[in-house]
Amino acid sequence: MGSSVLSKIWDAHAIGEDEDGRTLLYIDRHLTHEVTSPIAFEALREAGRKVRRPDLTFAVTDHNVPTHDRDLPVESGMSLRQMELLRQNARENGVMLFDYESQDQGIVHVIGTELGLTVPGITLACGDSHTSTHGVLGALAFGIGTSEGEHLFATQSLWIKRPREMRIKVNGRLHAGVYAKDVVLKIIRDMGTGGAIGHSVEFCGETVDSFSVEERFTLANMIVEGGARTAIMSPDEKVLNYVRGRRFAPKSSEWDAAAASWRELASDPGAGYDAERSFDVSRLEPQVSWGTNPAMTVGVTETVPSPADAKTERERVSIERAVGYMGLTPGMRVTDIPVEVVFIGSCTNARISDLVEAARFVRGRHVRQGVRALVVPGSQAVRAQAELMGLASVFRDAGFEWRNAGCSMCIAMNGDELKQGQRCASTSNRNFENRQGTGGRTHLVSPATAAAAAIEGRFVDVRELGRV
Amino acid sequence: MMDRSGNVVGVAAPLEWDDVDTDQIVPAEFLKVVEKKGMGRYLFYRRRYGQDGAERADFVLNQPAYRSAAILVAGANFGIGSSRENAVWALLDGGIRCVIATSFGDIFENNAARNALLCVRLDEPTVARLRSLARKGAAFYIDVPAQTVTAGSEVTAFQMDPHAKKRFLEGRDEVSTTLETCGPAISGYEARMPAWAHPSSVSPVE
Ligand code: SF4
Repeated sequence: MGSSVLSKIWDAHAIGEDEDGRTLLYIDRHLTHEVTSPIAFEALREAGRKVRRPDLTFAVTDHNVPTHDRDLPVESGMSLRQMELLRQNARENGVMLFDYESQDQGIVHVIGTELGLTVPGITLACGDSHTSTHGVLGALAFGIGTSEGEHLFATQSLWIKRPREMRIKVNGRLHAGVYAKDVVLKIIRDMGTGGAIGHSVEFCGETVDSFSVEERFTLANMIVEGGARTAIMSPDEKVLNYVRGRRFAPKSSEWDAAAASWRELASDPGAGYDAERSFDVSRLEPQVSWGTNPAMTVGVTETVPSPADAKTERERVSIERAVGYMGLTPGMRVTDIPVEVVFIGSCTNARISDLVEAARFVRGRHVRQGVRALVVPGSQAVRAQAELMGLASVFRDAGFEWRNAGCSMCIAMNGDELKQGQRCASTSNRNFENRQGTGGRTHLVSPATAAAAAIEGRFVDVRELGRV
Repeated sequence: MMDRSGNVVGVAAPLEWDDVDTDQIVPAEFLKVVEKKGMGRYLFYRRRYGQDGAERADFVLNQPAYRSAAILVAGANFGIGSSRENAVWALLDGGIRCVIATSFGDIFENNAARNALLCVRLDEPTVARLRSLARKGAAFYIDVPAQTVTAGSEVTAFQMDPHAKKRFLEGRDEVSTTLETCGPAISGYEARMPAWAHPSSVSPVE
């Protein structure tokens, strides 16, 4: 019997157990942001405590920061208050903060990996459900609530029930124009929103191996929408190359020892799993969500489902509700759905490779009249790199708004939001009712499909555009 | 209502849809609030109120029979999505002490345990039966020590995580307990933490 990558990291960090079968895990890295931290810091202060390990704790403002010009004032009083509170709390506790004006600012899951705060073999936690993203680097990462955040501040550890382990194998060569986003949407569509509840998902298989590290982030990020507790992957040479040289990663003298330990982390061939799934993606087409949760997804050449096709009464009710909310006609073709807003952003799909793929479908063309399109880079570093590569002007020339980094319209807390009834092609991860603004309608897609929708004013099959 | 032994008694409201994500429980715009108290105002905000701010009569918690509900009988995947603990605070502040469902989002369930919101997981036929009893206005009684739900004349046993049970019945300051019982283990790990697990020395804060 071999061990999985999860077991190896788990065993190295398990420092206690209670009579209820929970384990106390030491957490090597705690990332925090302005929205879920204020009450945790407040509770800490009330108890007369301080952050135990400020050197392992990092803060960033991302969820509700404006993405317009950084020289303009922050208009929302509530946003300002949370940003100011984080500043105070970070200062009081000696925690490093990547603040609004910093060149390092960005979405917590984008900067964590980009700055080398996340490295293989560590445990990491953050008060945000998409913390699973960091698992790509072979780290064991957990999204936590505010009370757990307080516990972590005070003790640098968390009581956790060991997750069951599910291995998802993805095989097959993707057709050009089909991306990691389409793969994960398809997996969630097949498994349902609760398919992986209680599990940590380990991704493997030839498709995953062939993916770049950034493509893998999209998979691990979004599998949370299938109910997963977290995601993890065996770190390979691509991961080591990705980590090497990053700001907080081990430096020259320590690198060799670190790399040697990390190479030991990969799951052993005989490792056992509680559940296994496999997917063949060689015939996968681009995916578009039509409903109000990420499992409500179809291929771009398919049609919107009809309540009449439901197998159970509850399913019928949920399709009817979703189609009604989304303002769609059952049976209509996905490619006949008009799009009014396009959002390219979020921790799922706003890294440099995402912008490169989106730009392919934009270069030399113009956003359809009446469509509002935004690109919100995942971090200021991604933004700077995109400017250097000339991508920013591709988007700007085509009529896209070119923004500063933040969560923006993924969660619509910062003023970037849909109006009542507006329909959006979005590269984010959640299409829940009102997620992108009250009454807003979200279709989850890859950056390529989003970019093409901006140009055409409706969904199109990007495989037919001859740009890849 | 919670009686003195920590059991839950009261009206149960049926929720007729699955996949109640935490965005539905508390919309993101109310996450800017930095106090837990009063969060009940935002509970199910978009379902509760129309665009004009008036209550929607079709939402169960607005109906006279369910206004004082202490229990929700939901369906599959309750509390999936965002990690916001505000969802739990809003339910509690809105008078809900217990949610019955076939499955729960993991982080939601964790957050619930830490705030003594009871999550009761039962199989689909049982939950469907309880939902129909809730529709008929049956009185619900949840006996936490015995792990049973009594609805009308029907008694159903449920499984419960021992830790969640303890938290529900006793409540305790977990931070103090951890520091008292595991302080040396935490320091022990810190002493042997490998160099590479530490963020390498860096330029100062900008
Ligand atoms: S981009 Fe969206 S999903 Fe990602 S951390 Fe921000 S709000 Fe959460």
